[in-house]
Amino acid sequence: MNHEIVFSKYYGESQTEGLDYYKKHDYGYNALLKAIEMGFEKVHQEVKDSGLRGRGGAGFPCGMKWGFIPKNTEKPIYLVINADESEPGTFKDRAIMAYQPHLMIEGAIISAMTIKAHMIYVYIRGEYVKEAKILDAAIEEAYKAGYLGKNVAGTGYQLDMVVHRGAGAYICGEETALLNSLEGKRGEPRIKPPFFPAAIGLFSCPTVVNNVETLACVPMIVSKGAEWFRSFGPEKNHGMKLFCISGHVNRPGLYERPMGYPLMKLIEEDCGGIWKGRKLKAAFPGGSSAPVLTAEECNVNLDFDSLAKAGSMLGSAGIMVIDDATCILKVAIRTAHFYQVESCGQCTPCREGSMWLKELHIRLEAGEGKVSDLDLIEDICNNMDGTTICAFGEATAWPLRSMVKKFRSEYEQHVVEKRCPFEG
Amino acid sequence: MKKVFGEKFYQEMDRISQFYPNKRAMLLPALHAAQKERGWISDETMQDVADFLEIPKTQVKEVVTFYHMFHTKPVGKVNLQFCNNIACWLRGSEELIHHAEKKCNIRLGETTGDGVFTISEVECLGSCGTAPVCQVNDDYHENFSVEALDKLLEGRQS
Ligand SMILES: Cc1cc2nc3c(=O)[nH]c(=O)nc-3n(C[C@H](O)[C@H](O)[C@H](O)COP(=O)(O)O)c2cc1C
Ligand code: SF4
Ligand code: FES
Repeated sequence: MNHEIVFSKYYGESQTEGLDYYKKHDYGYNALLKAIEMGFEKVHQEVKDSGLRGRGGAGFPCGMKWGFIPKNTEKPIYLVINADESEPGTFKDRAIMAYQPHLMIEGAIISAMTIKAHMIYVYIRGEYVKEAKILDAAIEEAYKAGYLGKNVAGTGYQLDMVVHRGAGAYICGEETALLNSLEGKRGEPRIKPPFFPAAIGLFSCPTVVNNVETLACVPMIVSKGAEWFRSFGPEKNHGMKLFCISGHVNRPGLYERPMGYPLMKLIEEDCGGIWKGRKLKAAFPGGSSAPVLTAEECNVNLDFDSLAKAGSMLGSAGIMVIDDATCILKVAIRTAHFYQVESCGQCTPCREGSMWLKELHIRLEAGEGKVSDLDLIEDICNNMDGTTICAFGEATAWPLRSMVKKFRSEYEQHVVEKRCPFEG
Repeated sequence: MKKVFGEKFYQEMDRISQFYPNKRAMLLPALHAAQKERGWISDETMQDVADFLEIPKTQVKEVVTFYHMFHTKPVGKVNLQFCNNIACWLRGSEELIHHAEKKCNIRLGETTGDGVFTISEVECLGSCGTAPVCQVNDDYHENFSVEALDKLLEGRQS
């Protein structure tokens, strides 16, 4: 399997965030200069040919999305970077911003010039105070060096960039909620269609929203070519990828591996296996919105299509590993609690459903549930699926339905024994 | 207009105003700057922000109440925000929360009588690889432990 570390060469080291360091050890804005030389139509084609798919969760082809921006529009065009990173289990964008902010900035400049945007907003979650400061400083350096401002790299192109901090709301990662939030409104998702903000987005203007890691892939694609990028990973799932592993493994953390890397290899070899000599019970392969995989199902490759085929999703590549001493109902309570707290409340199935899912799991875990509650949980999940304004409904229903379906006997055991079998 | 905030507030607003096509879009930056200065967002602060941005106060209020990070009542000098989401929970966050509640003799969401400590539960902080995590004011304390928590609590009490 072709493998080359392109992101995480110096993660964990100190003072890697400056422009000097980036010039010495990384692309150093040479990809931008090359892009200018190539011309941006060619850059767009190169990104299309690379097969780059969005790293924010949905895996949508990046080059195709850029193509949705209307031609010859009179309105300003915006590029918005989604740095909201709030999907439980996910911590990759934070590393990119902390250790190589200029990689993201260079990628954003190239992308903005490709879609003819003159303004870039970085919407970063409010809790990332340190990372926002690092970005502010890096953007200032880029202005001083002439990569941003009135005359980008001597081309006469004007481009501005500013960091906009969120304020603690998971739903603002959903791109239309993010746009409302940026406009100074409550972070409530917009009704679809339009399915993409390409024509009517931020301030009702054409807008592209891309994830941090997606944009950080752009300098390397321009610099090394689509062919090189495609040399990593299986067909239609290309590139090197940052995988976030947490939970019950011996060595949790961030691992950069090619797309399509086997999950079990990551758990067993890279992360040193399950902690405390215990056994693997289950894992969320792509954040808490992804249906859980049982231990047997973990024999799967980590890419968009393989995980979709396995009935789950790569999502944000946040892998949370659960050992066999853990009660799955307790995991379900934590999961349901999160969605209940974070539902924006616009849709009844989501607002009420997440609340009932939590209540039912609390009752069952305490040994006070009925067998009919198990079907009720499935019913509630089915009612949330496809009936809501945004994908948060599915993000709640899918993992919770997967737990009751795949661990039904454990749920039943709680009912029959009238207690949690994992407690003494 | 009469200046009701400190210089820093106006400097920050001056710096960023060129990037926004209207004032309402500066609401989150303005609220962050206001909270930084005053520690929390009172009714009066909402009015001050509304006046500054020339928008109705109701628009400010509906936003303040939507986001978890804006405090609508005062918080302690040391604001302990424990992540208790899945990855942190798998790594023992609940034990830390119980320990903090016992040591401070308050419940989640409360502040100690002397105004020093607030403890609360927050959702995933984006640091799951170094769980459990506690955000203390702005700073992340990763691989947090009962020992580290004790040290922090005792260090601030004396
Ligand atoms: C509930 C919900 C939360 C989301 N959270 C994030 C997030 O934190 N970061 C992110 O990049 N995308 C998130 N997304 C996906 C975005 O809506 C959008 O697809 C993505 O930012 C597009 O960028 P990409 O094509 O580069 O992946 C979320 C989607 C949903 C439905
Ligand atoms: S599905 Fe949930 S989060 Fe999404 S708009 Fe409806 S209520 Fe809000
Ligand atoms: S679950 Fe606690 S930081 Fe992600």
